[in-house]
Amino acid sequence: MGDQPKIELSQPISDEVRKTTCYMCACRCGINVHLRATPDGSRKIRYIEGNRDHPVNRGVLCAKGSAGIMQHYAPARLKGPMLRTGPRGSGQFKQISWDEALSIASEWLGKVRNDDPKKLAFFTGRDQSQSLTGFWAQQFGTPNYAAHGGFCSVNMAAAGIMTIGGAFWEFGAPDWERTKLFVLFGVAEDHDSNPLKLGISKVKANGARFVSVNPVRTGYSAVADNWIGIRPGTDALLILAVIHELLKARRIDVDYLARYTNAAWLVIDAPGTAEHGLFARNGDGAPLVHDAVTETATPAGTKGVRAAFRGRFDLGDGRMAVPSFQLLAEKYLDEAYAPEAVADQCGVPAETIRGLAAEIARAAFDEEIFVEQPWTDVNGERHQGYRGRPVSFHAMRGISAHSNGFQTARALHLLQVLIGSIDCPGGFRFEPPYPKPVEAHPRPHGRAEHFGSNQPLSGPHLGFPLGPEDLLIDGDGNPARLDKAFSWDAPLSAHGLMHMAIPNAHAGDPYPIDVMFLYMANMAWNSSMNTAGVIAMLEDRDAESGEYRIPKVIYSDAYSSEMVAYADLVLPDTTYLERHDCISLLDRPIAEPDSVNDAIRWPVVEPDRDVRAFQSVLIDLGARLKLPGFVDSLGKPLYADYADYIVRHERRPGIGPLAGFRGRNGDRHGRGEPNPNQIERYIENGAFSSLHIPMEAQFFKHANADYQAFAVRLGFFDKPAPVTFQLYNETLQKFRLSAEGLREPYAPESHRERILTAFSPLPEWYRPFEEEAVDRSTYPYHAITQRPAAMYHSWGSMNAWLRQIHTKNVLYVPAKICDEAGLETGDWAWVGSFHGRIKVEVARSEAVNDDTMWTWNAIGKRAGAWALDPKAPEAEKGFLLNHLIKELLPPAGDGMRWSNSDPVTGQAAWYDLRVNIEKAEPARRSEPHFASTASRTERPAELRYGQEWD
Amino acid sequence: MHPAYSVIVFTTVSGLGYGLAAVLGLGLLDPSQTATKLAHFAALALISAGLLSSTLHLRNPQRAWRAFSQWRSSWLSREGVLSIATFVPLCAGAWLAIFESRHVPWIGATGAILAAATVYCTSMIYASLKSVQAWHTPLTSACYLLFAFAGGLLLATVFAALSGSQTVLMIVATAIALAGAWIVKAMWRVRLATMAPLSTPESATGLGSIGHVRLLERPHVTENYLTREMGFKVARKHAAKLAWLSALLGGALPVLLLVVSAIPPFAPDLSPWLIVSALLSHVVGMLTERWLFFAEARHAVMNYYGG
Amino acid sequence: MTSLPQPAPAKKLGLVIDLDICVGCHACVVNCKEWNTGGYGNALSDQDPYGADVSGAWLNRIHTFEVVPEGAELVGEAGEARIVHFPKSCLHCEDAPCVTVCPTGASYKRSEDGIVLVDEDKCIGCGLCAWSCPYGAREMDLAAGVMKKCTLCVDRIYNETFEAVDRVPACVRTCPANARHFGDLGDPQSDVSKLVAKRGGMDLMPEQGTRPVNKYLPPRVRTPLAAGADMLAAENTDGASGFFAWLDGVLEKI
Repeated sequence: MGDQPKIELSQPISDEVRKTTCYMCACRCGINVHLRATPDGSRKIRYIEGNRDHPVNRGVLCAKGSAGIMQHYAPARLKGPMLRTGPRGSGQFKQISWDEALSIASEWLGKVRNDDPKKLAFFTGRDQSQSLTGFWAQQFGTPNYAAHGGFCSVNMAAAGIMTIGGAFWEFGAPDWERTKLFVLFGVAEDHDSNPLKLGISKVKANGARFVSVNPVRTGYSAVADNWIGIRPGTDALLILAVIHELLKARRIDVDYLARYTNAAWLVIDAPGTAEHGLFARNGDGAPLVHDAVTETATPAGTKGVRAAFRGRFDLGDGRMAVPSFQLLAEKYLDEAYAPEAVADQCGVPAETIRGLAAEIARAAFDEEIFVEQPWTDVNGERHQGYRGRPVSFHAMRGISAHSNGFQTARALHLLQVLIGSIDCPGGFRFEPPYPKPVEAHPRPHGRAEHFGSNQPLSGPHLGFPLGPEDLLIDGDGNPARLDKAFSWDAPLSAHGLMHMAIPNAHAGDPYPIDVMFLYMANMAWNSSMNTAGVIAMLEDRDAESGEYRIPKVIYSDAYSSEMVAYADLVLPDTTYLERHDCISLLDRPIAEPDSVNDAIRWPVVEPDRDVRAFQSVLIDLGARLKLPGFVDSLGKPLYADYADYIVRHERRPGIGPLAGFRGRNGDRHGRGEPNPNQIERYIENGAFSSLHIPMEAQFFKHANADYQAFAVRLGFFDKPAPVTFQLYNETLQKFRLSAEGLREPYAPESHRERILTAFSPLPEWYRPFEEEAVDRSTYPYHAITQRPAAMYHSWGSMNAWLRQIHTKNVLYVPAKICDEAGLETGDWAWVGSFHGRIKVEVARSEAVNDDTMWTWNAIGKRAGAWALDPKAPEAEKGFLLNHLIKELLPPAGDGMRWSNSDPVTGQAAWYDLRVNIEKAEPARRSEPHFASTASRTERPAELRYGQEWD
Repeated sequence: MHPAYSVIVFTTVSGLGYGLAAVLGLGLLDPSQTATKLAHFAALALISAGLLSSTLHLRNPQRAWRAFSQWRSSWLSREGVLSIATFVPLCAGAWLAIFESRHVPWIGATGAILAAATVYCTSMIYASLKSVQAWHTPLTSACYLLFAFAGGLLLATVFAALSGSQTVLMIVATAIALAGAWIVKAMWRVRLATMAPLSTPESATGLGSIGHVRLLERPHVTENYLTREMGFKVARKHAAKLAWLSALLGGALPVLLLVVSAIPPFAPDLSPWLIVSALLSHVVGMLTERWLFFAEARHAVMNYYGG
Repeated sequence: MTSLPQPAPAKKLGLVIDLDICVGCHACVVNCKEWNTGGYGNALSDQDPYGADVSGAWLNRIHTFEVVPEGAELVGEAGEARIVHFPKSCLHCEDAPCVTVCPTGASYKRSEDGIVLVDEDKCIGCGLCAWSCPYGAREMDLAAGVMKKCTLCVDRIYNETFEAVDRVPACVRTCPANARHFGDLGDPQSDVSKLVAKRGGMDLMPEQGTRPVNKYLPPRVRTPLAAGADMLAAENTDGASGFFAWLDGVLEKI
């Protein structure tokens, strides 16, 4: 057909490609931003694609990243600094200049710093610059700083670090190439999403098996070879039953346990004393093992020792001790952990649990792999290669967001250690700078002696207490921090408890504050439990003074999120394409198991509004407040902006925010002098740096001499820091001793029972608190959220493309409950919890646990927010489960305000929610519905993006 | 399928026009009567109005001329070409009737054949679509042709009555044609009610070998072009009522009115009014029938949209 | 030209979509929108983009189905429903009804590679091609009034300004799960043809007689975990004492 139209097939796509780092979620993929001139002479973004060279995403890009154009040009972008003029929540502001805004902020902050620094609460949300924000808060001197980890996934992080020196996501990843069995627990679609998708695809392409344990079969679970539709909050039971089966069948890696774990460490057996259950140590504090050859207690790791795994030994001073592994084996061999014993609780047939255990054993031991690569361990022993147990696991919020999530995560790590699959070929692999032993992390700072008027905090805010003596409490046991992190309420809350900051500040418990400074955290909506309550707290005024109970709120965000209306002073941030950022090894790294990586963002387009990158603003404020580290000895600002800080700031000599292209010539990696051209070098390199880890250092990093030397050379540590995996956890036992009144400091009476329940030194399941507290026949079901792959939390409704995919959410109700309650797709229902009720549209779902209803997270929006039409489906029909979730547990009659969190780490227990459901009259609007916050943004009636190039 | 008013009006009105043109072409009305001249004019006007209405649903009507190019494959193009071609004998016939008061059989017959062919093309636009199983049957064309012819006869009866001519034969012919059309339409509806779906969610997804396929989530939450255009649904009960109503107004009532108009004491004084009423009833009935024709038809794409 | 090309094109460019691995992330959907709104023809417009009745023209959409086994051959656990994410775009049919119904010649199938395209300058926006397509592959752009459809990224796949590796449709390049494959399905030796042969690639709605070029790979057969439940039991012996005796034996050997 010769008359077919001739079309242009080889048009260049753009005038220039600028490579930077995505920020449509926290995955941090490399992107190529194509810029193209428009007929009016301006340049616009033509296309954003994945960067093929980038170690995170290797060229692919998800829905969110691909919608970056609409995020960048969204009408919801804030236009300039604003000062509140109407009451909080009204959305009435006046535009002010940056000078004015920064003067107000520094006046408020300066006063607090002088009078009582703890009256500043500085919390950052989906912050990727915690190494700066934490440093700033430390120099400011308030004890009240954290990011959002407390309501995100701290159980996973803390349990991982305390067990194996690392955890999932930013700490490591499955060996996708070699694994033969991949087991995924819980929802994981929102974090590390492209690497996970790439990995799952590889697993399936290699013919390996993929098992998903999740009450809901959406997302990744949909392509799993096997789906275990477990009842929420019972994962630990399932895992411990698998461990029971593996022990019974002798399918554990004893050699691995002997080499890399504390299995042989002797645990003092002296009930009723302050040392019962602690490790026996020598005078230097070194843990002891029983040498079966010399029949003596010998420091662990001594050459030539054959350490016993069982027995009861005299320590030579009359004290008796047993190897920790004996405690472990005796505990889990008990029939209480048999599959039959847990099947009903889990809602999983015993046969399936046994099948999972068999599959794990088969893959780990019958499909053992061996990678020929001589290497040397930290004891100097030479190995011919790496033995691999090709079973890998991944989990995130799913098992984490329960009040028993810490112990569940511990159980999962324990399982991996028992089969010898941590950092071996085919197993879970650490990503630098992990592994890192818990001792190498700092202790938290924030007690009264750590801070004072106009002085910095004496050390970092966040860290890992090694026992009750490291808690941030006063002499009476009262919390030193506003969020009660590192108090008896949540002793190991390594990421703080951001979800408690507003409720506690409002209640003045433990004390009132003056300024709340928040960054990128939608606390007046989807990031808070009890959303309506939190809104009321922000609006609540002192009866006498008429002043707000939380007097001043400074908020920085790029978009008009729900939180903006509750700020007194708004500092508008840029979009991710207009800013400098660094994805730093000091913060939340993007390293891969075989490479050390970090990255930057840089302004690939110039802002067209009066906005400034928050990090530069923070540095400016630091200089105005004359904070150490931000001004020189003469009080002159040290840094022009964040880019300048990224290049010149040194945390330790030679160690800065970016590890690549250091040194005068840019030829040093890890350690090196600041390089004034560092940012340019990153830009030339595609906005990231990557250093390959030598093959002889790639596995068993926790005990690999070459890796340890590599880590020291790069500056992760100043001396080697190998990790001994902690099957039995002594820190937890110390808290139990405190709770038993045997070891000082003693836990308050009020907290003893829960500490004894939750701080088992060997992983244990206990019933989630809400489930325990409510009448289970009144609230027979679970309600949880799943994470839509095309929407990152609340970020996306302002995006014209993404919001079309999830314009509203419905509640998916299992067929069984539908049939019982007479519900059909399209019906409306009241869903109630002990705290509140919501009226929502429902849909029938079959591929879900029988007792669990679910919906997509954070689709519901408040009318007037995000520059949407107040009648938008997000606001009319969308809804949040947050209205059903209280930040406090049901009152127990003890007068305590118990946070709805894990008692170990303070992790928000989002997924503990228990509900009932009944059919409602059809409606046009979900309940509760909130009055619209004023929205004056002009919205186009139509978009024809790209028509300018037609 | 979405019952778009432009298309409903187009098929109904142009159907009447072509039907009337065909009746005129067969020389069933006396060309010397003023009413017959008016009838010729009316036929052309209805056809033109229908065609104009059909362009209303084009989003770029300025390019409509291009639609004459693809007559080799496209029924829509054929319809366009034939509709224009049909104007030639129809205009010629009208000229002869209006200005010369005569009927030339070969010109009339050509016009009638082309009118029928145009209506057939219109019907084939729908009947050729395998994706809309309800339409994909020769009965669709039969309905279109018979309804056009019956409507044309009815309209011709009106003009005959206006001219004071003898209408009994016309009434009998109209009644037979209407009965025939509605019998065929009834067959069309029986087929619709009893046919096994050609495509199912199982065949649409290829997942039938795993089990029963049910939509859990639409690709995008809100409506889109496809769901608006093809996702129209009418409740079965409601449709059944409308179907009866359309047959009553479009067939039974007009026949009754025509018969009554032919018998004393109504004839002859009330006859014209009764015959006009029969026509109006028929038009309302046909508009209902056409609305249902679209509204009841399920498009295969709805297998992907849970519809 | 609305007639299908004769003889039928030997080269049949198309997509192979793997339902066994698609996780329904919508990456392909949005990347397609992003590429094509600034690419071939008019922009893909969105109406009421920040309002109550938002909708737009998209060339690729992912549906989510629940499949409940009902006595059919069991794939997976007995009685278990499963979810299948189902991306759908133009299948570039060999007997494309959307081409032959077009009255203006705007809709055509390229003789050199079989891609079905719309010449937007000729499109009158009658919508008949969308009606004729059983798959819902065509969507009217309401701003331009012309029909939009998947072009198989015809402005990418031959684009000599790109590196060879990038000369694939945007959806294929961006898919994080590698669930989308592009190639010549007319060549039995091509990777995509071999993949289709190996995995039993299928046509959608074969009964419509459209002979789609795009193929879908069905989810693979799965073995229930419970099937292996007995594998461990055989090695099981009595209680903790037996366990520790075994452990001593193993430690001896280390």
